[in-house]
Amino acid sequence: MSTVTIEFNGNEEEVDEAMTILDLLERSGVEPRYCAVEVNLEIVPRSHYASQCVKEGDRIEVVTLVGGG
Amino acid sequence: MTTADIIQAHAGSIADAPLSVAGKTLASRLILGTGKYDTNELMRDSLAASGSDCVTVAVRREKLYDRQGKNLLDFIDLKKYTLLPNTAGCFNAMDAVRVARLGREILRSLENPGADWVKLEVLGDTKTLLPDPIATLEACKRLVDDGFQVLCYTSDCPIMAVRLKDAGAASVMPAGSPIGSGQGILNPNNLKIILEYLKSDDPGYPVIVDAGVGTASDVAQAFELGADGVLLNTAIAHARNPVGMATAVRHAAIAGRLAFLSGRIPKRLYATASSPEEGLITSRPW
Repeated sequence: MSTVTIEFNGNEEEVDEAMTILDLLERSGVEPRYCAVEVNLEIVPRSHYASQCVKEGDRIEVVTLVGGG
Repeated sequence: MTTADIIQAHAGSIADAPLSVAGKTLASRLILGTGKYDTNELMRDSLAASGSDCVTVAVRREKLYDRQGKNLLDFIDLKKYTLLPNTAGCFNAMDAVRVARLGREILRSLENPGADWVKLEVLGDTKTLLPDPIATLEACKRLVDDGFQVLCYTSDCPIMAVRLKDAGAASVMPAGSPIGSGQGILNPNNLKIILEYLKSDDPGYPVIVDAGVGTASDVAQAFELGADGVLLNTAIAHARNPVGMATAVRHAAIAGRLAFLSGRIPKRLYATASSPEEGLITSRPW
């Protein structure tokens, strides 16, 4: 199975090309309810997490809420 | 009559409505930040002691590799607190809009009423953390167009405050002094002018003092001047006893607001005696 290179929260990674956003979150131990996902500056709707696969060169940001003023 | 009965009998003339901002009614006039606490438990207890029901949060990259398992949200009762996501750390309008949208996306999944609003902050410089007025105005317009209720951090410049209100900001939030500086309200005259300009035809328009609070009396002063709310973080989080300071701030907010509603006396250059001038048995030396 072939792989693609993505940038995930600033780190370059090689992942399986069939990997979905949901797979990526689960692999990272992230609680999907507490986060938002952006791919190439576009927010990914939650309903697409299970179907949207990563693509070569995707810049993916997974953010959550932290303490702030 | 008990003290409570007496106060109740006079309550009509100083009746207060709760703080209403961006279509939300808050039980407390204090908005608390959730940053800089030594522990999440201390933050949770300080929030409770302050009586606040609205807290700010920041949007940051999820820590993917050194996660400790607990999220900030495990310490904030989402049924009790309305979250106010901020755009802290943004230095241009594009980043602020992007961060605001990500914050909205998270709050929507949490079904928190804070999903449609944002504390906009676009900074100009890391040393002062003063807002970039041009980028702030641009971001404010773009977020209003995108359907956000924008609570806008700004300096204490009255002209900028008017521009932001005109751009559709749901609340203008002037800084008392630089973020985290603890210098209190450095220019109360500017704050008075902002309150006058923004409320002259629109008395219910909410003005919230955001940033600079160092201790409880700063909070009281903001309310005495007529501010509708105060947003603070460092003054509590970095106090030697945060829960104690949160309690002091809660009382200061009540005291300051009540003093504002009751009407302070004008300042005079000379004294006015409190005891009668008539009936004196003493003679004066002149």
